Formats: sequence, C-alpha cells, structure tokens
Amino acid sequence: MRGTRNLLRHLLLVLPVLVATPGAPAAATDSDPQVNVYSARKEALIKPLLNRFTEQSGIRVNLVTGKADALLKRLESEGTNTPADVLITVDAGRLHRAKTAGLLTPVSSAVLEQMIPPPYRDPDGLWFGLSLRLRPLMISRDRVDPAALSRYEDLADPAWRNKICVRSSDNIYNQSLVASMIAAHGEAGTEKWARGLVANFARPPRGGDRDQIKAVAAGECDIALANTYYLGRMENSKKQEERMAAASVFILWPNQQGRGAHVNVSGAGVVRYAPHPGNAVKLLEFLVSDEAQRFYADSNYEYPVRSGVKANDTLRAWGEFKAESLNVSVLGENNAAAVMLMDRAGWK
Amino acid sequence: MSTAGTIALAPACASGFGWRLLRAWPATVVSIALILALPVFTIFSFVFYPAGDVWHHLVATVLTDYVLNSLLLMTGVAAGTLLIGVSTAWLTTHCEFPGRGFFVWTLLLPLSIPAYIIAYTYTGILDFAGPVQTALRSWFHWSAGEYWFPDVRSIWGAVAMLSLVLYPYVYLLARSAFLEQSVAISDASRLLGASPLTSFRRVALPMARPAIIAGLSLALMETLADYGTVQYFGVSTFTTGIFRTWFGLGDSSAAAQLSALLLSFVFILMVLERWSRHRAQFYHVGSRSQPLRPYALRGWRRWLAVAVCLVPLLLGFLLPAAQLAWWTQETAAEMLDRQFMQLMLNSFSLAAAAAFLAVLLAVVIAYGKRLHPTRIVAASARVAGMGYAIPGTVIAVGVMLPLAWLDNSIDAWFRQYFSVSTGLWLSGTLFALMFAYLVRFLAVSLQTVESGLTKVRPSMDDAARSLGYSPAQVLRLIHLPIVRGSLLTASLIVFVDVLKELPATLILRPFNFNTLAVRTYELASDERLADSSSAALAIVLVGLLPVILLSRSIAHTRATDRPVAVTPGPRSAET
Repeated sequence: MRGTRNLLRHLLLVLPVLVATPGAPAAATDSDPQVNVYSARKEALIKPLLNRFTEQSGIRVNLVTGKADALLKRLESEGTNTPADVLITVDAGRLHRAKTAGLLTPVSSAVLEQMIPPPYRDPDGLWFGLSLRLRPLMISRDRVDPAALSRYEDLADPAWRNKICVRSSDNIYNQSLVASMIAAHGEAGTEKWARGLVANFARPPRGGDRDQIKAVAAGECDIALANTYYLGRMENSKKQEERMAAASVFILWPNQQGRGAHVNVSGAGVVRYAPHPGNAVKLLEFLVSDEAQRFYADSNYEYPVRSGVKANDTLRAWGEFKAESLNVSVLGENNAAAVMLMDRAGWK
Repeated sequence: MSTAGTIALAPACASGFGWRLLRAWPATVVSIALILALPVFTIFSFVFYPAGDVWHHLVATVLTDYVLNSLLLMTGVAAGTLLIGVSTAWLTTHCEFPGRGFFVWTLLLPLSIPAYIIAYTYTGILDFAGPVQTALRSWFHWSAGEYWFPDVRSIWGAVAMLSLVLYPYVYLLARSAFLEQSVAISDASRLLGASPLTSFRRVALPMARPAIIAGLSLALMETLADYGTVQYFGVSTFTTGIFRTWFGLGDSSAAAQLSALLLSFVFILMVLERWSRHRAQFYHVGSRSQPLRPYALRGWRRWLAVAVCLVPLLLGFLLPAAQLAWWTQETAAEMLDRQFMQLMLNSFSLAAAAAFLAVLLAVVIAYGKRLHPTRIVAASARVAGMGYAIPGTVIAVGVMLPLAWLDNSIDAWFRQYFSVSTGLWLSGTLFALMFAYLVRFLAVSLQTVESGLTKVRPSMDDAARSLGYSPAQVLRLIHLPIVRGSLLTASLIVFVDVLKELPATLILRPFNFNTLAVRTYELASDERLADSSSAALAIVLVGLLPVILLSRSIAHTRATDRPVAVTPGPRSAET
C-alpha cells in the first residue's frame, strides 16, 4: 500500500521544479515517528519548540506556516486525506471557527486538562490555549494621569478626544476585544462605545501595534491599545530608540475592579482526520510542559497559559493583574458581529 | 485578425465546424485557458450561494469606500507609472545624456522590491517617530501638532509607493517598443522639421501605445491585487474588503461577489487595452536598419534628463535598499543562518521554472490566437489572463478547492476498486504552487508576448506559409527570433513577480518549504522589520541578477536585429 502510494508520488516528480521538493510526509500510521503541523504561529516563534520536541520524543515535525484563515481553508478542502495532525493558531476566534467547521477532533488528556485553566480551552476539548495574549491600555507616562481612567469603557469618554491610537479593525485582536465587549455590554451598548472610541481617535487607524506604542512615545497620541508582547519586544530591542519609546509608556491594566483585562490565547487542536493523532496529542502535551511554557515568555514575552511557571523579568516588571475569566471561545462566537459593528461605527 | 487566419478559416468552414474545433492550435489554446480559468470559475461559483445580510451590510456601510478608494488608487498609479515609465523610456532610447547607459538597466531595479516592503521602509523613514520628523523637530524645536508633515500612510502614500515599484512595467514595455521602432521614422519626422519632443509626441508615442497600455494594464492589475500595502496604510479597497468579508465575517459568497466586482474593473481595463490596440496597429517591414542615433542633449536639458531618471531610481530603489542594507547589517549575524542559502535556492528555482512555463504557455496562446483569431480563441486568451488582478490568497483558495477535489475523487476511486489509498497527489505539492503562479502571472507573459507579436507583419506569416512552412515552423523560424526581446522581457517580469509572490506561496507550499518572500513576510508582519530586511534584501539581490542579464540581452537584441522600417497606419482588419 505504501509502495503504490510512493510510486504514484514519484511519478509526479517528473516536473523539473520538483527538484527542490523536500520529502513529503508519507505513510498514515501512528507508529511512524512524525507529526505534521499547520501553524498560524510564525516559524521563528514555534520552530525552536518543535525542534526541542523532536529531540525529546524522537518524533519528527513537518511544518507549514501561513495565515490562519487560509490554513483552515486548506484543511477543509483536503478533507479526509489531509496530512495535517495539529492546527496551531494565534487567536481563539480561528480555533472556534475550526471547531464549528468540523475540522478538529476532541482530545481527552489529563495533562492538558490539569495544566490549562478552563477559560482558556474549549469546553468540549477540541482545542487548547497554550499562551495568553493580553491587550491592556498603554498610556503616556508624562501626559496621562493613571488615575484618570481605569476601564476600556473610559476610552469612549469625550475627555480623550484626539488622544487615542489604535490599529485597523481588520486586526483580529481588535475584533476579539470588541467581541468581549459584546459579551459584557451587548451589541447596542458596544456599538455606542465603539462610536465614542472612534470619535476619540488621534488619527485614522494604520500600522501595527508597535506603531501605536511609538505614536504615544512620539506625542501623537496619549493612549494606545496594544498587545503586551509588542511592548516586551520593544523593551528588549537592540535599538536604543525602540527601548526609549517603550520606556515612555506605562501599562494600565484595565477593568481590574470588574471583569478584568481582555485576554486572547494562542492555541492548538488535533485535526479530525489526523493521520498521527497519538503523536499530535504528545506534541500538545509537550507544549504545556514547563520548558515550553517558559519559551513562550522568554522568546516572545507572552504569558504562559499555565500558572506557576517561573516568570520572565520583563513580564514581572509589568505587575500582577486580573484577566477576564470569560471563556475565550466566546471571542470566536461574537467575531462576525464585532466586525459588522466596527464597520457601522466607522472604525476603519 | 491576421490574414493567415482568414485564409485558414475558409476551407475549415467548408469541412465542418466540429472538425475545425479539433484542430491542434485552437484546441490547445482553449484547453489551457479552461484549466487556468478553473480557479477563477471556482471563486465565481460562490456568487450563486445566497449572500443575505452580509451583502446588505457591505452596501450600507463600506462598499462606497472600497469602490472610491480602488478607483482613486488606480487613477493615481496610472498617472504615476505613465509619467515615470514613458518619460524615462524615451529619454534612455532617444536621447544622449550623462549616465544614460547606467540608467537603462538601473531604472528596472525598483521592480525587484515588493510593494509592501517599500511601504514598510518608507513608513520607518517618514512617520512621526521616524528619523526625518524626529530630526525636523529637534532642529526647529517643534512639538507634536505644531507643524504639518505629509502622511505616508494614506491613499496618496499608497499611490506613491505603488507607482515607484510598478513604473518599471511601463518603462520596460515602452522601452522595448521605442527600441523596435525604426530609426527611419524618427529621422523622417525630424527631417520634416519636428523637434525631438514633437517627434516623440506625434510619432514615437502613438506607435508605442499598444506596448505602453499593456505595461500600464499590468501595473493597474497589480494595483488592484495589492493587499500588503493598502492594508498596512489603512486604505480600504476591494482586496482588504474581500479579506475582511471572507475571513472576518466568514462569508465566502459575499467575498466572491466582491471579487466579481473587482473583476469587472479588470474587464474594463482589458476592454480599454483592446480598444487602444484596435485603433492603430503598426508593423515592421523588414529586419535590418541603421543603428539608432540618440539625440545629444545639451545644457540644462542634460541635467534635467539626468534628474528625471535619477529621481525614480533614488526613491524607488536606492533609498529603500539603503535602509534595508542598514537594517541588514544590524541583524545579519542572527538572520543569515544555514537555512538562508536554501531559501535563496528555493525562491530562485521556483521563479525560474514559473517564468519558463509562463512564457511557453503565453507563446502557445498568443500564436494560436494569431493563427486562428476566432472569437472562442480570443476569449480563451482573455480568460487565461484574468487571474492577474485577483489577490493571491483568493487565487490560492481557487486552486486548492478543485485540486483537492480531484485528489479526493481519485483517492475514493482507488479505494473503491483497488482498496488502495492514493492520498493527496497534487494538493500541498509544488505542482499546486506552480499552477497558482501560472494562473496569477500568465497575464504578464501573455500581454508582453502578444504586444511583441503585433509587431510582426501578417504578410510575413503569409509568405512563409505559402512557401510551405507549417505554423510551428513559422513560429520557430520567423516569430520567435523577431520577438526574442519580448520573450526575455516576459520571463524577466514573471521571474521577479514569482520571487516576490507571497500569499499563494504561503498557503499552497509543501511541508518544510520556505522561500525568501515567506521569510520576509513572517518577520515583517510580526513587526520585526529590521530582522526581515536580510530576506527582503536577498529578494532584491536575487531579482537583480536576471534584471541585469536580461537588460543586457535586450540591448544585444537591439544591436543584432534592427528593424529597418515600419509601415505606420491603421491596421485594416482581415485584408
């Protein structure tokens, strides 16, 4: 069976371009020591972990990275013949979408259930959060009194007219933030908030999260919304101007008296038609190990999903905070509503 | 269209229509076009799913923005690329000024810089926190809000960025058109008292129009398909709208309807191009001529010419490349690892293979169309080139769905009759990737080869055919040598385009297979611009090699194959 399949595969290699093809993953048995990963997490932020997994377990990892939506489409079209075992994404919304499209399979693993707090994994065990991505307010140290605001809701206050910088509503982290607002305030309340926020923009949304932080540093605006790991990278940058820009902002953890700061997860699930489901679960379990969890913090300044992991200096300096306890799958459920709401509010 | 075609048509009509369709050339052209159109049709099939609320939502909120911004962007880029491309092409072919030989090939260099990279680079240089504004503030003691500075991240910034990297399309095609024009014509116009400028305006420009329009429509299609730049600059266009609708709202039928609207823009472009070609066609009469004698510019005109050529080179290449090089030297130690050579090799071989195949198919289609200018063949050629204006991700999905369907059907069939699973043959292999490249970039080679072939007089075909040569022999012995320059141009553009191509590569590539563009994107989109610069710079450098090689070959073509004279005049249809 394997011979036939390889023969057919080799027949295809006549195309001159295929000279450069690396060995395609072949047989579909779990005894085969390999696992195939579709990852929306960038190669540089996952490959070292995968290499470490291979060293420890002897299981070879084959990797394709790409945008989450496109990877989902690829999984969907490949159907039962997909070579993929594990899907890794950088937000809960896409994991939820993979779940509703029927692309994932439930996993019951004592390790995963014990290590990962319930808000950060799917209630049905279809996917698991592996690191936390917080999106607090970043305010100017010089120009904003930290006592003047304490909640996301305050951003719609006319007092902050022309003071706020945030990136486009195309960005999934903004969509997720609005999705969590919808969970807290309903659509009508959130839309009113979004209109107030848009009215307070210092400039039309553009650039990435780092650009918003830099704009605060440069005095173009006073408050930015950004994920913390971007600040972490700037603080640890080799470039002096990046470090200086980072030093001029202050993380204000919002809604500490209420629901907590908005949190999203990067996570993974096992593919429904995975040829190596056993290896896939082994990989997931490795990703919540102490070593792997420290990698998330040390390499990219993300918060480990598992509590009790020795904290990274950069993260420790940002202080303790309360995160939302909303199950992150709600972010996926409210995503389409959030996008439409942002369109109506004129959030470009 | 051509005489040969008309003659061939007569007996065919007599011998029956069915037989006629089975003739090798048209059958080949039609099947290539159908296969290449498959992804586009796949996307369009979503149009027939009910769209419902999302479509109404789009119309009520953001659609006007998408249409207006896309139109503005196209108008701006058209003006920018024509201005830069045509002026520099004419100066470097018809005038002599200091550094002309240098500008001839360096003006192509911006082609090797992906639009989103130049956008990132200029943002780094020009935005509020960048070196320019910071320096201005510290010199003049200004503070935020006290002064006005043009915002690069705006629709006009996007126009500037796209014009700077896309003008080489116009330059390249206009230049080869100017080169192939006969010296006798420009001499005659000059003898009749026209100044070089008048000669340019009244003679050279109208004669080069098909090539210029072909170059322009490539630039505009690329503009329509651009995602990286407009997304980064926060300009809502059709492409950003399609992504948002498809992925943010999860509605593929509304996204397909947006794609259909986008394609209607492309059709308008194609019709315009057609129309402009129909109004005037020019052919070369012979193949020997006197060398072109450039007009020596004097005084301030020389320096004006130098400035006109230097500015696009400086802004479109030197400045961004210098910034990339600066970032690279800061980060090279970490980024240049063992994998890096492999990335270069992967990128280079993919691009070379795609360029070869794209030109091969383009020749088959363009020549088939010339031999049999029937409506179905012409329509097929047009359909085959549609993919160029469609964003790479949409193409990728359009490629993925039918290939996976085919794979899964074959697998099911083998399972049923042989109890053997064949798995996925085509999906997730380089075949799928190559297919996507051809769908996306065939328009490039087709436009270039077609505009090259229009310059071969139909009477040459007739003469050769009446001497007993087969169509294939005519192609090999007559057309290919004459349009060699165009073939080289076509393969150069496809090569560089594939080198830069990102979204389709990202999603269709096999396991453990990276390219320079993928590496660049991964780091740049993670806001690690400085780290991405070594891969970006490598794209530029790898792209440079064929640019230099081919610009030399084009110059060489000119030196050996000089067309003597040209018969200007409207091409009468079917003589």
